[in-house]
Amino acid sequence: MVDQEDKTPENKVTPASRQYPDPKRKLRQEVAKTGHSWDGIEEYDNPMPRWWLWTFYITIAWAVIYWLFYPAWPLVTRATQGILGYDSRAAVVSDIERFNTENQVWFDRLLATDVDAISDDPELQRFAVNAGGSVFRAQCSQCHGTGGAGVQASGFPNLLDDDWLWGGTMDDIHETVRYGIRNEDYPDARWSQMPAFGSDGLLDEGEIDQVVHYVLQMSNQGHDAELATAGEEVFLNNCASCHGESGEGDYFVGAPALNNQVWLYGGSFEAIRHSVYYSRFGVMPGFADRLRDAEIRAVAAYVHQLGGGE
Amino acid sequence: MSSQDDSPQLYAAREPIFPRRVKGNFRTLKWWLMGVLLGIYYITPWIRWDRGPAMPDQAVLVDIANRRFFFFMIEIWPHEFYFVAGLLIMAGIGLFLFTSAFGRVWCGYACPQTVWTDLFILVERWIEGDRNARVRLHRQTWNGEKVRKYGTKWLVWLLIAVGTGGAWIFYFADAPTLLRDLFTLNAHPAAYITVGILTATTFFFGGFFREQICIYACPWPRIQAAMVDEDTLTVGYRDWRGEPRGKLKKGQLDPAQGDCIDCMACVNVCPMGIDIRDGQQMECITCGLCIDACDEVMDRIGKPRGLIDYLALSDEVRERQGAPAIPVWKHVFRPRTMVYTVLWAGIGIGLIVALFLRTDIDMSISPVRNPTYVVLSDGTIRNAYDIRLRNMSNEPRPFFLSVADAPSIRLTIEGEAGQLVTVPADEQASFRVYLTAPPGIEASRSASTPVRLWASVPGETARIYGETVFNGREQ
Repeated sequence: MVDQEDKTPENKVTPASRQYPDPKRKLRQEVAKTGHSWDGIEEYDNPMPRWWLWTFYITIAWAVIYWLFYPAWPLVTRATQGILGYDSRAAVVSDIERFNTENQVWFDRLLATDVDAISDDPELQRFAVNAGGSVFRAQCSQCHGTGGAGVQASGFPNLLDDDWLWGGTMDDIHETVRYGIRNEDYPDARWSQMPAFGSDGLLDEGEIDQVVHYVLQMSNQGHDAELATAGEEVFLNNCASCHGESGEGDYFVGAPALNNQVWLYGGSFEAIRHSVYYSRFGVMPGFADRLRDAEIRAVAAYVHQLGGGE
Repeated sequence: MSSQDDSPQLYAAREPIFPRRVKGNFRTLKWWLMGVLLGIYYITPWIRWDRGPAMPDQAVLVDIANRRFFFFMIEIWPHEFYFVAGLLIMAGIGLFLFTSAFGRVWCGYACPQTVWTDLFILVERWIEGDRNARVRLHRQTWNGEKVRKYGTKWLVWLLIAVGTGGAWIFYFADAPTLLRDLFTLNAHPAAYITVGILTATTFFFGGFFREQICIYACPWPRIQAAMVDEDTLTVGYRDWRGEPRGKLKKGQLDPAQGDCIDCMACVNVCPMGIDIRDGQQMECITCGLCIDACDEVMDRIGKPRGLIDYLALSDEVRERQGAPAIPVWKHVFRPRTMVYTVLWAGIGIGLIVALFLRTDIDMSISPVRNPTYVVLSDGTIRNAYDIRLRNMSNEPRPFFLSVADAPSIRLTIEGEAGQLVTVPADEQASFRVYLTAPPGIEASRSASTPVRLWASVPGETARIYGETVFNGREQ
């Protein structure tokens, strides 16, 4: 502290430009002091405007009025209700009802239109895609992904590509959403079952290796030519009835095409061998009892326009 | 809280202010400015501007429902909001410029609070008389005269306030239609609520709150302190000339006293209720009315004008030493104001150039990243993009979409047969666009390849591109 005081020049003069107004001149309106003094430091008395005080009182009164009209004080089981009986849950319910009422016109129009004719009406198509998108995100995205890409090589089909198991027309998609696939809850659900060629002893290990190499060859992947040639006969005898002679698949029995680049359970030797040995059995739930008919149509329209619709 | 209690009062009531009528150059300037500014405010929404049949014919219109801003020949879309931002920045720098050069001229002459308060005080004077009559009326107990005068005054204020709030909403909808709807009670509730709120604020702020807005509510006076310096012109009192002040004795000025005859004219005309002779202070909005008042008195007692004057702090030092003040233009043209001017003009020129260079079509591209790519059955790789096209003209126009410099990448549009889409007049439309690359090429095998999409209008020169990426299956 002493050092600092020493450094301060004692003859420091405040420049004249800082002396404004002239400090020697007495102000006409001297500001009153409170009379409090601490170590020679005195306090000016600059009272707050009175309307600030009134504003404060008004806010207090506002709070009390608010308590009376709106839910306010938490009690043991629920808060005080307020005169207006406002309830945010009830407000949400009424909002949802309002939206449903407003959308009813559109849902009626959806129901009155043939499923495959929805896209001919641009306005209706836009509504269906928007409504279907929200249904999709709530009901379908758990398996098919929020973007509709499914889960690669895990049996949840990608809905964006041009490869379909049970068909990709509006009618096909609509039916799939309604009843599901291999779904015991709906007798109308489409059903098929691939034999487990290995575990049920229908083919021996060697024949399975041969037919797997033949499938690899069919889809232009790396394969053993000798085994593949031998596998052709195995394929024609055991597989072609569902998957087609050239592996083109069959929508009628949900048999996937094997001669292309899209694989539901993976296209490697191991994955294909697993499919042949143990078979696969993908199940999809039906939504006929869980969604309204109009919502099912909307979600079908949404899926159809994701990029692969036929 | 009795008066005998000598403990300090924590709250003080407002001291009412009764500004006296004054004549002079600054008062005349303020009258003109008030007329021009109020005229601009009230007349602007009624100016018509033909933009064709499908478009609004109001010259200045903030069309919030359709997200457009119309200003004579200019139409601003939401994505061009930088024009508005630029104008706001120019307004800000313009304020900096004027404040650093002339002090609080915005506050004193152009601020709506000042203009409307001035108008309300004018009404008050017409009905109740000048300062002395108003003070008398204020102090007297309520009687028929007071009720009549105050009632008339409040009624006129209320009419002005309704007109003010009413004019505001015409900027946001077609003015003639809205005016008719307002009177036939067919206007949107928001219109009535806005008029109601602005009527209340105008009535209350102009009639009763007045200078307290500037002192307690407005942040701008506090910010301005950073913009004034010793060369800024502010309203000041030449105390070296005026002091010691004293009354005229037998109509004569005592040679020992200064020029200030303590007539209180400067205090009585002040709308902020301050004494400028105490020096430049927080409340002063530099409206110059005290200058007018003092000049009038100086003329009458045969002394030179300018006892109270626009002057810079640096002049004070000079004048105390007997040197003359430097000319106003030397205060105004200094590096600081030059920098503000250059900045202001630079942004203005930039905005004008941008205005003339902008196209009337626009495209924004957002690649779909969920998933980044899709493998199709023949092994081709497909990417999807959400594309928004804007047609900023009065007619529907076709847009042709194409990929630049990549003949093997195919462009298709969801739900469309070809590469041509139509966007309605003065609207925007969204489309999902697919780019498909055959399996062999580089783009489908590398993680990401830059691509450029073009949107052009067939038969016109207008075309525009956007950059995005194509995601392939990395191998």
